[in-house]
Amino acid sequence: MEEVLELEIPARPEFVALVRLVVSSVASTRRVLAEERIDDVKLAVSEACTNAIEAHGELDTDDHVVVRLIEGDDRLEVLIDDRGQGFDPTALPEHPPVTDPERLNFERGLGIPLIRTLVDEVDFDSGQEGTSVKLTIYCGRAKVDELGEFD
Amino acid sequence: MDLGLDVDDSHPPYTVLAVKGEVDVYTAPRLREKLVELVSQGKHKIVVNLEGVDFLDSTGLGVLVGGLKRLRSHEGDLTLVCTQHRILKVFEITGLTKVFAIHDSVDAAVAS
Repeated sequence: MEEVLELEIPARPEFVALVRLVVSSVASTRRVLAEERIDDVKLAVSEACTNAIEAHGELDTDDHVVVRLIEGDDRLEVLIDDRGQGFDPTALPEHPPVTDPERLNFERGLGIPLIRTLVDEVDFDSGQEGTSVKLTIYCGRAKVDELGEFD
Repeated sequence: MDLGLDVDDSHPPYTVLAVKGEVDVYTAPRLREKLVELVSQGKHKIVVNLEGVDFLDSTGLGVLVGGLKRLRSHEGDLTLVCTQHRILKVFEITGLTKVFAIHDSVDAAVAS
């Protein structure tokens, strides 16, 4: 495994686009992933960075969010580290079914389910001093190639 | 990062809002503000054209869900135009294709 990128960004929303651009450009250049999976990585990384930035915002801290890209023979790993208060990834609120009119009352909470669907593996290491999210994408696999849905 | 938001009222009673660029945590608030502005102007049948959108994340989805809720509370509706696989995929995997009517052209949307 080889670290090919470390990016440290201020925890501000305008920097998420920069992370998407850099991570997808590096992933494309290294030709580790099929093109269709670059979009999956972009979205998953964007969601994880958004959560990290919002976690910093809740604390009103100037600490940076750190994004690292690690390449292996058969995989790409993206790690997103924040210094927020942490959360319990197993205790996320469930949304009503999409056919339930109550579903329209939930504008948030889709980020982590999206991440789980788009990448092959996701690990959350979260505590009071921050959260580290590791996204793993294996080469040559299409996680959602036929527009599969959650569940 | 710019987010294009162009309003077209040439298909009454529909208002077409063409979105261009990337919709994420930074730009989605502008989309929300525009939708709120249109609703406050009494425009309750809104077609959001996503053909110019290069990227859409869960923040953007949330804004669209909020817009639909707001419009339905005014007996209105929010429909979408989208043919791009990468954007449709986000709606598909979240199940929101069952919530939004998604058309393949503005003409189809305003004829529905």
